[in-house]
Amino acid sequence: MNWRVTLRYTGLAVILVYCLAPFYWMAASAFRRPSDQFSLSPFPSPLSITNFTAVFGNDVGFGRALVNSIVVAGIATVLTLIIGLSAAYALARLHFRFKNAVAAIIIATSMFPGISLVVPLLKLFTDINWINTYQSMIVPSMSFALPLAVWNLNAFFRQMPGELEEAAMIDGCTRLQAFRKIIIPLAAPGVFTTAIITFITAWNEFIIALSMVNDKSMQTATVAISRFTGAYGFDQPFGTQMAAGVIVTVPLVILVLVFQRRIIAGLTAGGVK
Amino acid sequence: MSTPHPVRRGRAVSDAGRLAALLLSPTFVVLGLVVGYPLVAALRESLYQSGQTVDADGFVVQGDQFVGLDNYAGIFNGPAAARFWNAFGNTTFFTVVTVAVEVLIGVAMALVMHQALRWRGIVRASILVPWAIPTAVSAILWRWIFQADGVANAIIGNQVLWTTEGWQAKFAVMIADTWKTAPFIGLLVLAGLQVIPRDVYEAARVDGASPARQFWSITLPLVRPVLVVAVLFRVLDSLRMFDLPFVLIGNRKESVETLTMLAWDEASNLRFGPAAAYATVLFLYVAVVALVFVKLLGADVIGEARDRTKQARAPRQPAPRVTPEVVPA
Repeated sequence: MNWRVTLRYTGLAVILVYCLAPFYWMAASAFRRPSDQFSLSPFPSPLSITNFTAVFGNDVGFGRALVNSIVVAGIATVLTLIIGLSAAYALARLHFRFKNAVAAIIIATSMFPGISLVVPLLKLFTDINWINTYQSMIVPSMSFALPLAVWNLNAFFRQMPGELEEAAMIDGCTRLQAFRKIIIPLAAPGVFTTAIITFITAWNEFIIALSMVNDKSMQTATVAISRFTGAYGFDQPFGTQMAAGVIVTVPLVILVLVFQRRIIAGLTAGGVK
Repeated sequence: MSTPHPVRRGRAVSDAGRLAALLLSPTFVVLGLVVGYPLVAALRESLYQSGQTVDADGFVVQGDQFVGLDNYAGIFNGPAAARFWNAFGNTTFFTVVTVAVEVLIGVAMALVMHQALRWRGIVRASILVPWAIPTAVSAILWRWIFQADGVANAIIGNQVLWTTEGWQAKFAVMIADTWKTAPFIGLLVLAGLQVIPRDVYEAARVDGASPARQFWSITLPLVRPVLVVAVLFRVLDSLRMFDLPFVLIGNRKESVETLTMLAWDEASNLRFGPAAAYATVLFLYVAVVALVFVKLLGADVIGEARDRTKQARAPRQPAPRVTPEVVPA
C-alpha cells in the first residue's frame, strides 16, 4: 500500500511543478539584476528590483497601460453583469418557448472566432473615429464576456431553491420583485464569482486591444508587454517584460488562490452538469 | 437594466414568455450589435475590395469595389492560395495535436487529483495559475524560456533556435499552449469524476475488476459527456489561436501562421475584403466542427439549461431558430 501513497504524492508534485515552474521562472528572472539577466541559477542572487523600477520608467509607461487595462476590463465586467443578470435568471427560472434555441444562441456566440468580429469592427470603428478609445475595446469585449457571464450566472441561479421565490410570490411579490428582493441578494456570491471570471477573461484579452488601438497611451497591459522595446535596438528587454508579466499576473494569481473554490465551481458550471 | 413591466397573474405561460422576452432582450440587443452585426458585415465586406482600382475604361476608381466571390476565389486558387492552405494546415495541425495531448495530460492530472486526500486545495489552486496568466504574457514567458541561451536549451543540453522558422517553432507553440490549457481540461474532468458515485467502484471491485478495467469500463464512459464538451471548447478555442504564435514567434512567420493571424495581417494592412473572406472561411470551419461535435459526438453544450418541462424528449434545435420578439436584428 505504501508505494501507492508515494506514487500519489509524486503525481501531485509533478502537477505542482508542471503548473508553477514556468511561472516561478518568470518571477525569478524578474528579480535578477539586468547584468545577470541571463543567469540560469535557480534563485536570483542578489535580489534586485531594477527590472520593476524600469517597468514604470517614463520610456516604458507601463503604469498607464495598467490603468487602461483596469478601466477596460472593469467597465466591461460591470456592463456585462448588469445586462447578463436578467438573461441568466430568465434562462434558469422561466419556462418559455424557444428556450433551448435561446440557450444555444447564447452559448454559440461565445464560440465565434474573434477575428470575424475584429475585421468588420475595425473598419466600422475607423469610420466613426473610435480607434484609440476605451469603448472600441470595451464594446467588442462583450461579445465573449456576455455569454460567459450569462452562462455562469445561469448555473448559480439554478442551484438556488425555487421555493424561495415561490414563497415571495405567494406573499404578494411579483416575479420581478421576487427577483430583485430575494434572488439578487442571495445570488451575490455567484455574481461575485462571475465578476472575477469575467474580469480575468477581459483582462487577458489581446487581439481586440491590439487591433483597435495604435496609440501607445491607450494600450492595455497585455498589448503593452508584447510591444516593449529594448534600449539596445534588437535586444528584447526580457527582464522588464518578466517584471511586467509578474505585475500583471500576481493580482490574478492572488484572486485565484483566495477564491479558488468558487472560481472552479464557476468554471466547471459551464461544462459539467 | 430593463423597465419593470406589470406582470399579470393567471395566464402564467404567456406571461412567462413575455417576461422572458423582456429579461432576455438587453442581452440579445448587445449580442446582436457586437456579434450579429459584425458577422453580417464581414460577409458583405468579403464581397468587396478596397483601394484604388482601374476600371474597364482606364479610369482610376476610389473606394470599395464589388468583386463578388473574387476574394474567395483568390483564397483557394489565387496567388495567395499557398499562404492560405499553409495557415489552414497550421491551424488544423495545432488543434489536433495540442487538444489530443492536452486531453491525455488533463485526464491524467484529474485522476491524480481525484486520488489525493490531502494537498488537494493547494494543487487545485496551482492548476488555476496557468489559466489565469494572460496568453500574451505566457507567450513572452515561453519566448524567454526558449531563448537560444535560455533555460529550455540548458535543460535539454542542446542549442535549438526555438523561435526561428521551422518545426521547432511549431513545437514551441504547441508546448506553450499545452502548458496553459491542459490543467483546465484537468479541472473540468476532475469535476466530472467527482460526481461519479463511489459505490459504483466498490461494486466493480467486489466483482474483481482491475483498476485498468475500472478506468475503461466505468470512469471513461461516465466522464465522457464532460470530456466531449471540454474537448469541443478547447478545439474551438484552438482553431482561433492568435495571441500565442503572434507573440511567441511573430507576425508573418510561415511555420506558425494560423488563419486568425492571416486574417489579422490582411486587416492591419487595410485589405479588409480578403481579411473578411479569411475570417468568414474560419467562421464556417468553426461552425462545421461545432456541428460535428454536437451531432456526431452528442456534445451537450446547453446541458442543464435545457428546458425539460415541455416534453419528455424535446427535439434538439441545432440551427438557432429565433423568436422575432427576442432578437432585434
